[in-house]
Amino acid sequence: MSSRAAILSAVKAAQPSLKPLPALPVSNVSNDLTGLFSETLLGIGAQVHFVTDYDELIRIIGSSYDLGKRIIALNKVFAPIAEVEAVYTAPLTLADVELVILETNLAVAENGAVWITDDQLPARVLPFIAQHSAVIVRKEDIVANMHQAYEVIGDQVYGFGTFIAGPSKTADIEQSLVLGAHGPCSMLVFIL
Amino acid sequence: MTNTAYQSHAERATIFNEDEARVNWHDETLWWVRQKRDRAAHLIPEWESLRELASGIKDNVLSNLHDYLVSFEEQAIQNGVQVHWAADAAEHNAIVLSIVKRHGVNRMVKSKSMLTEECHLNAFLSEQGIEVIDTDLGERIVQLAEEPPSHIVLPCIHKKKEEIGDLFHEHLGTPAGNADPQFLTAAARLHLREKFLTRRVAITGVNFAVAETGEFVVCTNEGNADMGAHLADVHIACMGMEKIIPQRRHLGVFLRLLTRSATGQPITTYSSHFRKPRPGQELHIILVDNGRSRQLGRPDFRNSLKCIRCAACFNTCPVYRRSGGHSYHTAIAGPIGSILAPNLDMKEYADLPFASTLCGSCSNVCPVKIDIHDQLYKWRQVLVQEGHAPLVKKVAMAGMAFTLSLPSLYKIAGKAARWTLSHAPFAVNNKLNPWYKNREMPQVPASSFGEWYAKNRTKNK
Repeated sequence: MSSRAAILSAVKAAQPSLKPLPALPVSNVSNDLTGLFSETLLGIGAQVHFVTDYDELIRIIGSSYDLGKRIIALNKVFAPIAEVEAVYTAPLTLADVELVILETNLAVAENGAVWITDDQLPARVLPFIAQHSAVIVRKEDIVANMHQAYEVIGDQVYGFGTFIAGPSKTADIEQSLVLGAHGPCSMLVFIL
Repeated sequence: MTNTAYQSHAERATIFNEDEARVNWHDETLWWVRQKRDRAAHLIPEWESLRELASGIKDNVLSNLHDYLVSFEEQAIQNGVQVHWAADAAEHNAIVLSIVKRHGVNRMVKSKSMLTEECHLNAFLSEQGIEVIDTDLGERIVQLAEEPPSHIVLPCIHKKKEEIGDLFHEHLGTPAGNADPQFLTAAARLHLREKFLTRRVAITGVNFAVAETGEFVVCTNEGNADMGAHLADVHIACMGMEKIIPQRRHLGVFLRLLTRSATGQPITTYSSHFRKPRPGQELHIILVDNGRSRQLGRPDFRNSLKCIRCAACFNTCPVYRRSGGHSYHTAIAGPIGSILAPNLDMKEYADLPFASTLCGSCSNVCPVKIDIHDQLYKWRQVLVQEGHAPLVKKVAMAGMAFTLSLPSLYKIAGKAARWTLSHAPFAVNNKLNPWYKNREMPQVPASSFGEWYAKNRTKNK
């Protein structure tokens, strides 16, 4: 018998009689999620800017990062400061990226996470390999918690999707928090 | 992992306790993490109902695991993933080896996976001439020190920064004496970036696997799982088969609980959902049993399979905090490890369910409401019945049962004990008496309650 068949038959013999799947909580609509979202982001080491348009956002990026270094974005509006090619098939060529600019249409107030999928990524590795990251969030796309987030995601089809909450971090050395473990050392969140 | 001679939890804890200042530091560090967990949990008004919900979802999973596994496999294959089944650790390791060999590589990166620790994958691959670099910072540190992780979330929590500075000086060439966490982390970032960019195969663990969609979720703060997986040509995800959850929307429940329970963060920095390989990439999933179906068949112990590996029970445990992870001599230490390990090998891990005060704090913090302390107590009974109790305990228990069964002998024994404690305390206040270790012997009364009662009852008549 193959291991697959042996394991499945052992599991079938061992599992108890069927217990019902409990219902998930019904979500309530909350107010002022922008405030909670930005407060949470500050708590997890991100920086927050409230902006009114892309021009303002590009000005802030220009004053925060060296525009002479490699910057990648998907939205063509960033063409003056970034590469805006749609797709990179060779991830190893992205090792020198200084800043990746991402856009999301789902953010979560309770934990500061933003949801990014393949469609919003020129390459899967970009949000991890870049030295710094910036994310654009629209106020109306902020939900209260993870239950609501998965309601929005629903049965969305993606090959890869990720919640990103702040810059990469570690506290493995004596519980001292250090920003910039393997991924971005900083994360700018622009709330439009 | 070095294969040293067998030492029980108590023996290893005795060695750990020789350095009292270090024990206090270890204890306080973990208690601080526990307090962060409390603050995070208290910010969620519905925390308790969330735990109940998670436990209920896992009840459903365990009662329907067969169908969920079949569905997960079917979906994963449709997504272009290659699915493998491993009955035990040896088969798991052989599958990894065959994939690696097929690609003709002899080095790879691995992000945190307690399953591969359980299977001793690194040691196996290294014997086959294949180098594995652990990329989680804490795991890389213990790997350089040639030690196993001492904690499932904080692998090098037992190490002082000065020791890490020395290790990095020796292996990564950092300046001698520099023990600044910021500096050492930056050095590790450079060191490991080179590995990510040059290794063609990456292994990751799996936090949750969704039966409905065939996707799986990997949670890290550092981003090391994603760096490995998205840069490599081949991604191998290794998972214990109990990681299955029914539907994608259930992730909301578990992702709310996991990191708050683990470190007190609202969520890990990255919660990555892998559904299809990227174009040109190979994606493998290895589903591992290794004793899990046996545990599923034990009604008293099956709830241990609900575990989501947050380590809240470690951080709160008075015994773990004061004995250190290595005292448990198994991949998963702490209270949860002590109820998982005897299922893998009753004889080898017979000591672990006794490494507890049964205070119940582990069960109270568990995000999926596993009755950990009840299971510790139940394992003790199973282990004694199966003949795995230590000889000293067996003899002592038999002596006690014999004494208690004979009232006259009990009276004599009581008198002898009172005389010895008051006239010749040195006979029991010594190293030969294990009860005396870290305890004072009690003050002795002049007479037993029986004698006192007999005397006073007559007087009051």
